[in-house]
Amino acid sequence: MATTFNDTQMTEFKRLVARYPEGKQKSALLPALHLAQDSFGGWLSTETMDYVASLLHIEPIEVYEVATFYSMYNLKPVGKFVFEVCQTGPCMVSGSDNIIDYIKKTLDIKPGETTKDGMFTLKLVECLGACGYAPMMQVGKIYKEHLTKEKVDSIIAAYRTEAANN
Amino acid sequence: MGVKLLLDKANVPGIRTYEVYRREGGYRAVEKALKEMTTDAIVEEVKKSGLRGRGGAGFPTGMKWSFIAKPEGVPRHLVCNADESEPGTFKDRYLMEFLPHLLIEGLIVSSYALGSNETYIYIRGEYAWITDILEEAIEEAKAAGWLGKNILGTGFDCNIHVQRGGGAYICGEETALIESLEGKRGNPRIKPPFPAIQGLWMRPTVVNNVETLAAVVPIINMGGEEYAKIGVGKSTGTKLISACGNINKPGVYEIDMTITVEEFIYSDEYCGGIKDGKKLKACIPGGSSVPILPANLLLTTAKGEPRYMNYESLSDGGFATGSMLGSGGFIVLDEDQCIVKNTYTLARFYRHESCGQCSPCREGTGWMEKILQKIETGKGEMSDIDLLWDIQRKIEGNTICPLGDAASWPVAAAIRHFRDEFEWHVKNPELSQTSNFGLQHYADPIHVPA
Repeated sequence: MATTFNDTQMTEFKRLVARYPEGKQKSALLPALHLAQDSFGGWLSTETMDYVASLLHIEPIEVYEVATFYSMYNLKPVGKFVFEVCQTGPCMVSGSDNIIDYIKKTLDIKPGETTKDGMFTLKLVECLGACGYAPMMQVGKIYKEHLTKEKVDSIIAAYRTEAANN
Repeated sequence: MGVKLLLDKANVPGIRTYEVYRREGGYRAVEKALKEMTTDAIVEEVKKSGLRGRGGAGFPTGMKWSFIAKPEGVPRHLVCNADESEPGTFKDRYLMEFLPHLLIEGLIVSSYALGSNETYIYIRGEYAWITDILEEAIEEAKAAGWLGKNILGTGFDCNIHVQRGGGAYICGEETALIESLEGKRGNPRIKPPFPAIQGLWMRPTVVNNVETLAAVVPIINMGGEEYAKIGVGKSTGTKLISACGNINKPGVYEIDMTITVEEFIYSDEYCGGIKDGKKLKACIPGGSSVPILPANLLLTTAKGEPRYMNYESLSDGGFATGSMLGSGGFIVLDEDQCIVKNTYTLARFYRHESCGQCSPCREGTGWMEKILQKIETGKGEMSDIDLLWDIQRKIEGNTICPLGDAASWPVAAAIRHFRDEFEWHVKNPELSQTSNFGLQHYADPIHVPA
């Protein structure tokens, strides 16, 4: 995949940078990394990070240290759909363990792994602010809440259909 | 029904849109503030209201505003802290998702009061869809003339920008948030200098929580004195509580801080009682960082008086027998929950979220997680309990930012109030893997209303 923003992505990048005062363009780094991750296959390669550094006129190391600090940036390839399941206290007391076990069994992967077909990655994450609607997981921009085993089944089926139709 | 100042219109169909919000009386506070009030007068109203920071620390907002430095020719900034990440807390999300214009209205008034022409909302990165909602609302407000240049012909310019974080609890700490907004790792800064003097890009900055800034709207509309009449003592106005865990009706509730904890848990207006008819075992009343309380100390203070849902009453008795209102993240645990396991997941959370700058926190949170996992999996020794106590005591107060304290307090309180449950795990390594300690003596003093 070419590591260059297309026109739409570049317009968005310029909008992000324009929000900060002259000379403070580094402030756009976190949103720019989100944009890059979404644009280049769901993860940040060294090449991608270097590209972002060059666009913001900062050193590559300034990008690496940020990308490794925040949990939302993937530093290795991930599946088409990433299941980020919350495991913190409030989700735990609402039964997240059962949901995590069920996803592991159903997809036959361990946390951090991707299914062989490259479709799903399972990530265990800490509190996502959905404690009242637990158990839950984030998939892309969406929160899937009040999870049950049946609901997990239908979510997986829906994503498989989505992938097949694209 | 208690007083509702923030969520009173939350159920109006279409309230998320500018048109409906305006029709329901929205943006009156901006008109009043910008046309009829001086910036000092707005700060005075907020001081009179007694409003305290709703993010967790409870610092008086008016006082925080009055600290902002005003050096000639240096821009000042207001930053809205929407990095809601304290386990158990999901109130700001609710407010932003359903009433985005309430936050924007509060931000315009507050930006005017503080002299911020470029105001930022720093939102946790996971709330991606709420970022879209806020950006849409900002565009609507701009199109209607409430943002941009020369607002209402007053000469005041203001833009609001939304920045997504990257997934880091620590960025809810205001100096870490500022670092992150500058495109860096979220390492908290050593204070002083305080943000009010040197904050974002070393310019004078005020960082306030979402709910705090939304509360500025009713304060301006009704006046600070009227706002202060709601509630009790230094707990003025209303507070959003996000209730979760083993209750019948999890969700976000606006309370006026005069109700008892018992009413909040058992009344159908709020949590609706414990799920599946079970008994209440314990509760973390103000977000995962505040001390957990067993049911008996939660419903009544050590003096035997009813405990109320406000700053003073929840902290009555100090950490020995009390807790804190904190962020309003109200986590309820029923009789089947294991305190050791709950404490372990929280310790893992803090280890994961420590920024790594200060040794006591970086190392200590990892040690606490490992020891708790050891006890939880039936491999613990009696001396581990004392070791845990010792570690948490050495983290607390010895770090740059309050994350160290936040990691220590849940462990300390769990041992303080549930030591026998930890000991039971050590003495019954096999049994503890297949069954729970349960309520034991914590059941005795609980009064459950019919």
